[in-house]
Amino acid sequence: MKFKAITAALVTAGVLATSAPAALADLVFPMLSYRTGPYGPNGTEFADGYADYFTLLNERDGGIGGVKVATPECETAYNTQKGVECYESTKGDGALVYQPLSTGITYQLIPKATADGIPIHSMGYGRTSAANGKVFSHVFNYPGNYWDAASIIVKHLSDVSDGDLKGKKITLVYHNSAYGKEPIRTLEELAKKHGYELSLLPVDHPGQEQKSQWLQIRRDRPDFVMMWGWGVMNQVAIKEATNIRFPMDKFVGVWWSGSENDVMPAGDAANGYKAVTFHGVGDDYPVFADIKKHVQDAGKAAGDGSNVGSVLYNRGMYAAMLAAEAAATAQKMHDTQEITAAQMRDGMENLKIDAARLEALGLPGFAPEINVSCADHGGPGLGAIQQWDAKAKEWKLITEFTGSDREVIDPLIAEDSAAFAAENKIEERDCS
Amino acid sequence: MSPDFLNLIEVILNGLMAGIMYALVALGFVLIFKASGIFNYAQGVMALFAALTLVGFQTGQVPFAHLINAIFGTNVHHWGDGMNTFLAILLTMGVMILFAWLVERFVLKHLVNQEPIILFMATIGLAFFMEGFGDLMWGADIKNMDVGLPSGGSFWWEDVTKTWAAEGAEYYGMYIDVLDVWAAGIAILLVIALTLFSQYTKTGRALRAVADDHQAALTVGISLRSIWVVVWSIAGFVALVAGIMWGSKSGVQFSLSLIALKALPVLILGGFTSIPGAIIGGLIIGVGEKLFEYTIGGMIGGATENWFAYVLALFFLMFRPQGLFGERIIERV
Repeated sequence: MKFKAITAALVTAGVLATSAPAALADLVFPMLSYRTGPYGPNGTEFADGYADYFTLLNERDGGIGGVKVATPECETAYNTQKGVECYESTKGDGALVYQPLSTGITYQLIPKATADGIPIHSMGYGRTSAANGKVFSHVFNYPGNYWDAASIIVKHLSDVSDGDLKGKKITLVYHNSAYGKEPIRTLEELAKKHGYELSLLPVDHPGQEQKSQWLQIRRDRPDFVMMWGWGVMNQVAIKEATNIRFPMDKFVGVWWSGSENDVMPAGDAANGYKAVTFHGVGDDYPVFADIKKHVQDAGKAAGDGSNVGSVLYNRGMYAAMLAAEAAATAQKMHDTQEITAAQMRDGMENLKIDAARLEALGLPGFAPEINVSCADHGGPGLGAIQQWDAKAKEWKLITEFTGSDREVIDPLIAEDSAAFAAENKIEERDCS
Repeated sequence: MSPDFLNLIEVILNGLMAGIMYALVALGFVLIFKASGIFNYAQGVMALFAALTLVGFQTGQVPFAHLINAIFGTNVHHWGDGMNTFLAILLTMGVMILFAWLVERFVLKHLVNQEPIILFMATIGLAFFMEGFGDLMWGADIKNMDVGLPSGGSFWWEDVTKTWAAEGAEYYGMYIDVLDVWAAGIAILLVIALTLFSQYTKTGRALRAVADDHQAALTVGISLRSIWVVVWSIAGFVALVAGIMWGSKSGVQFSLSLIALKALPVLILGGFTSIPGAIIGGLIIGVGEKLFEYTIGGMIGGATENWFAYVLALFFLMFRPQGLFGERIIERV
């Protein structure tokens, strides 16, 4: 009897729970987040920023164009298989765009989402050649991709070497995965152009043990070390670099290797470590006052508030802002408030954000201007270098936002996307 | 000596140090397997949980703060500046003993005389439960582990070894992480303490009796349940030591539970029932994987350590299935 009563209660609760989302909101932005597992600390900060920005829009503006936003969350644990399951289980709920926050999941979703007509925004990750909108109609990776990052880092290293990298030794320490291998081709091409010597040191998942790699670096004495890591690999690499007393200002990470989480475990020794970024740092922007007032103080924040203003929180918030702006663009383009995934794709393809718009959004100077087009899904490809100040425990931008080497990158994008198109029998779209 | 030869010594030395770190994790597996025949899949998560609890006490974190705030609408996170490291270690040990008691009371007690695979499955469930419970209790953010142990390359060793190089040779001295040296010292003390405990204390002798034969131990009045609590408590202590050492390297975060993967080849090689086997196995794996990476890894794309450790263990497995120091498998008809 008792068992039956419990079962009945569970079934009732289950029915209520599964039937609830339909009434939540009209604009659905599923969150394929990861708050658990080895990569959970990073995934949590990003997800909090993403959720808080949409909560802000709901609370302050009544949503986007007067339509409330829903952000159903599905835990992927940074696992590709679970990510695909999350996609399959949420795509039928009116999903407008997916931001998987994982290169592995993105690779799997590219053909699926394209077939389903749902756009993917892999912001600063995923398949780099997806920047070619003629081939990848439903995939966007603005405002920058891995090859932009590699090129901007090389440019910075050149700048600090008086414009000459000839004969210099650069070592890439990378996550031994599709993500970590992304910059290799670009770095090899740039090596031909600049005359530096490139060494590659892969680190297996999760990267808890890197003694061999750092002993190798200690023996080779490279002039610079670059890092393409994620999760614990970053923390261990920075700690090992401090252990062998590698100069921190000659150690530069990609934007996924440049959060507070990465440098804090190494303490003061991490001072001077650098990373490339495609957005501003810190919480000195008017939008944060709104988040505090409408989200945090109202008790509606996704986290406990301690992450606000951190690198990955800001990135999540920026990703949400770009999605919201694209949705607003789509609403205007199609003269409807309740847009579909196809209309959202159009909005993304026509997204334009200038300095004035950033200021209006409470993010003056936070990021470069964006001008997406049919052919260019990856622009503007600008990045700045941020440096860790261990004493103040904060990142500081030490350069302006600068462009990548288009002379090298554009042919690589054309080549890779053409290969993908041939392999998948995709006819290039006419973007003229 | 030539720099190449000195580099080789450096790789071997650092392999030995890495091996000690692997052995610290493997020890916990051995203790529980030896006393109860259970392959404790949750050992890595126990190290994570112990480290999370230690840092939580040290920093004055309020356990279950998220849950408390969500239910009562409060905004509590810390109860003060925390406590000194020694007290925090003692309290963490208390938590691990309580955990051992709870495992015996709610899991093992109900699975007495079950097949080993059932007990193994139970520890898988335990691992996932503990991971989620640790997250709920202490949060998922990365925490700094600082128990006052020094870390970083040793200047002294670097200067000493510089003089070993042939005159005129470009050599920067040998690298060794001071934290690894501490880990080696602590591991040696741990093995001595465990040996003395099992040889010269009443509980230790009872533990060995249970390890030899459960039924015989029961007939002479040894309480199996008490012994299991003791063994899981000791394994909890070993997990705490492993958590401190690994947490000092990478910060305390959920990937810490994956260090168990590093212990598996050590166990295959050293044997599941031998404490010295865990140490020797750790050293062989550590040196083997580092030497392979140094000599051959570069030629085949690198990142060979994870899989080579298992290849090495499998190689030993073919010739000695019970491991180097494991009890000989004798089947009688």
